[in-house]
Amino acid sequence: MATDIIIHDQKDNVGVVVIEKITPKQDCKCWIMENDGSTNIQSIDEIPLGHKIAMIDLKEGDTILKYGHDIGKVVKSIKKGEHVHVHNVKTKKW
Amino acid sequence: MFMFTMLRQRNGNNMEIPKSFLGYKRENGRAGTRNHVIILPVDDISNACAEAVANNIKGTIALPHSYGRLQFGADLELHFRTMIGTGSNPNVAAVIVIGIEPKWTKKIVDGIAKTGKPVEGFHIERTGDIGTVMKASKKAQEFVMWASEKQREECPISDLWISVKCGESDTTSGLASNPTVGNLMDKLEPLGVHLCFGETSELTGAEKVCAKRGASKEASDKFMKTWSAYNDFILKEATDDLSESQPTAGNIAGGLTTIEEKAFGNFQKIGNCKFVDVLEPAEEPKKGKGLYFMDTSSAAAECVTLQAAAGFNIHLFPTGQGNIVGNPIEPVIKLTANPLTVKSMGEHIDCDVSKILSREMNLSEAGDELIKTTLRVANGRLTCAEALGHKEFVMTKLYRSA
Repeated sequence: MATDIIIHDQKDNVGVVVIEKITPKQDCKCWIMENDGSTNIQSIDEIPLGHKIAMIDLKEGDTILKYGHDIGKVVKSIKKGEHVHVHNVKTKKW
Repeated sequence: MFMFTMLRQRNGNNMEIPKSFLGYKRENGRAGTRNHVIILPVDDISNACAEAVANNIKGTIALPHSYGRLQFGADLELHFRTMIGTGSNPNVAAVIVIGIEPKWTKKIVDGIAKTGKPVEGFHIERTGDIGTVMKASKKAQEFVMWASEKQREECPISDLWISVKCGESDTTSGLASNPTVGNLMDKLEPLGVHLCFGETSELTGAEKVCAKRGASKEASDKFMKTWSAYNDFILKEATDDLSESQPTAGNIAGGLTTIEEKAFGNFQKIGNCKFVDVLEPAEEPKKGKGLYFMDTSSAAAECVTLQAAAGFNIHLFPTGQGNIVGNPIEPVIKLTANPLTVKSMGEHIDCDVSKILSREMNLSEAGDELIKTTLRVANGRLTCAEALGHKEFVMTKLYRSA
């Protein structure tokens, strides 16, 4: 029942950590809110509460989808299970 | 995109939504969730008089504020719209208006009188505070005793006008409490309620997607025009671009990466609804039931004050870190999904949806809980903010006075 990661929308390629932190090589349970579905992922990095994890491999120029929407672009390639944040993703706004 | 190892559908057994609530029927056909008699000062210098009357006559409330002198143009129009709208709100049974001079006082009295509710104005010039307090107190006593006999009656749920605004947001807001409000909107919109969201600035990054939620091309175009006017103002006043301040350092520490991510978190509040029109600050909706966007500041008290002045009679306020705002006439219901906020400041939280994060509750169940809370408050249960005495009444000022 408990979950480590929440994914808003089926289309999203990132999930959000909802426990205090996940540690490297942790097998995490993920909940997809939109359809009440589940999936699993193994982490690579340590990721704190409220931060994002990549659900698939992403390369430079790819679009990050959260809430089913474009929230920015990948500026440094990201492996499935890695921490997604300001070091590898930037806004498309400016 | 990835495999589902399990698919559970608990959304099939939704509760049945009550079709009515107990409200106060007003002369103009609207219904109130509250039965206030307010003492409304036209201007800053009439606050003392208004507060003295409210102190004399039990069961009335004064709404002191900081403006109303030497305003002009659109800023003055907004002042009058907010004053008249506040008095006209169906949560208000009767109004005493007190201003320094007769002309502006009468303009506000006449505006409120169109609702058919009891309203009377008093001006202080040529009488002084003490004489005005005496005269206004006598009328306020008459009004409050009259209003105290009003009974709650069964009103259709479509008489609810629900406004929303979030504050002190964190990642739990976008994850759970804002989508809970969105779920409520998706369930109540088909029942004919009026809905309103605002926060022009906090939609930056999601503005194009938000514009597509217009129910007509006209509504979409009006939204983009409103948002662009705001953005132009920011670009004109800003000393650097917004990327240095949006998301904030605190947002980034909490895991928010881009301004788009922050905006889409906010945007979850409207669920899948489409907006029928775009309102000026404090403008009353005129296109019937459904969702409206209002051009507002993202400051909590300013936004709620404008929505109440547009006639909204109950407010939903999702919070992350724990905003504590209230309003003197429109009950403000707080919900949060942050378990730490529930634990550390539970006296401010009307609806706890933190179980979403531990997956003990799904979004539909959370939406149902919020509908139940909303109806209890509509029926008369005090909100946390009301019990704690939060009466933030904050006028929006567009520019400096003459």
